[in-house]
Amino acid sequence: MTLEHNYKPRDWKVHPPVTDAERDAGNPRKPRQPMVPLSHTLSEITGPVYGHGALASGDDDLTRNAVRNGEPLGERIIVSGRVLDEDGRPLPDALIEIWQANAAGRYAHDGDGHDAPIDPNFMGTGRCVTDKDGRYRFTTIRPGSYPLPFGDNLWRPAHIHYSLFGPSFVSRLITQSYFPGDPLLEFDAMYNSIPDQGARDRLIATFDRHAGTPGFALGYVFDIVLRGRNATPLES
Amino acid sequence: MTKQTASQTIGPFFHHILIPREYGQPDFPGATMVTPQTAGEHIRIQGRICDGDGQPVDPALIEIWQADANGRYAHSADTRAEIEQDKNFTGFGRAVTDAEGRFVFDTVKPGAVPDPGNALQAPHINVTIFARGMDVHLFTRLYFTDENEANAIDPVLNSVAQTRRPTLLATRSEDGGRITYAFEITMHGENETVFFDA
Ligand SMILES: [Fe+2]
Repeated sequence: MTLEHNYKPRDWKVHPPVTDAERDAGNPRKPRQPMVPLSHTLSEITGPVYGHGALASGDDDLTRNAVRNGEPLGERIIVSGRVLDEDGRPLPDALIEIWQANAAGRYAHDGDGHDAPIDPNFMGTGRCVTDKDGRYRFTTIRPGSYPLPFGDNLWRPAHIHYSLFGPSFVSRLITQSYFPGDPLLEFDAMYNSIPDQGARDRLIATFDRHAGTPGFALGYVFDIVLRGRNATPLES
Repeated sequence: MTKQTASQTIGPFFHHILIPREYGQPDFPGATMVTPQTAGEHIRIQGRICDGDGQPVDPALIEIWQADANGRYAHSADTRAEIEQDKNFTGFGRAVTDAEGRFVFDTVKPGAVPDPGNALQAPHINVTIFARGMDVHLFTRLYFTDENEANAIDPVLNSVAQTRRPTLLATRSEDGGRITYAFEITMHGENETVFFDA
């Protein structure tokens, strides 16, 4: 059959390398063989579809979706933005799942051993699907930093984790957004695993006075770009 | 032109959103991809993911995407109207590894799907691997040991060095009517799994 399109390759100037020869020397989790190139077939240009009907209402408001006996503590923020492809086209119906620490830097996760308080009214998880213009919007609490279990008092810069499904199996992305002016960014191994400074900078959400709700929450804008489509159709 | 957003690691703390079953919430989606109504041969994939020292990779998130038993994907880019799509199957599953690096999917054996040249690819499942300590996800494919003929002419398998092809094969066994395929993912070393730049 004729395929209408396939997807542009992952941009390895932007993404961290699978294996960094220097950093990962001796790391048994990192592959050493080069990846095998794979031409796109139906298997790659299709992918899971989740419509707006799949979500519970309020999944996008982390200040309310886990309330038990009061409001979560911390600074309320609204994180909004657009999901686009490399050609700047908005991607509607993209599922976004987010997770983050609470204001004190603690995850509501059994495996988090950081000695900071759990917030009984904050789970730190949310979901939404982009609208027809590719827009999304979460109401949440500004996450705190937390220490790494190794190193000389290394702490992660405040961040939110994002998992995205674009239109195909190969447009899948998991990433993180950071906050402007965080002094920890300079020391962060994950942020600095990105080869290109411009790509690092694009993970820092922009503070926007007009993206919040007056008297209630400050606003940050974070746009996410997934792989675009090749212009040339694949012909059988 | 807009540039791609950089990938960052999944980290260790994704379970409560991506595998909410572990926190008493319904999975969205989960590792059980079939209902009794789903057509085709119901199979269990019993997987394990290990590092180069044979140590389990924990936690890792494994996602799979596949065609239904007729070889049809539940997606608009699969435009073959002549093949009926199973309404009781989405083709997507998500599982997390346990402390031994094991993961399980209950699904159906996919039918064959065409490649761009219209030749049939051998039945396969598309696999994505995310893990703590990995900054980007990896793609691989799962093929079936009982499909020797189809595997022998599969263009993707044939693009892989022959000595490494076995890393993509899941081994079939039958026990009391349950069909299980064992699939080992090895991150590094002698039996390093083939990962694709898809
Ligand atoms: Fe984190």
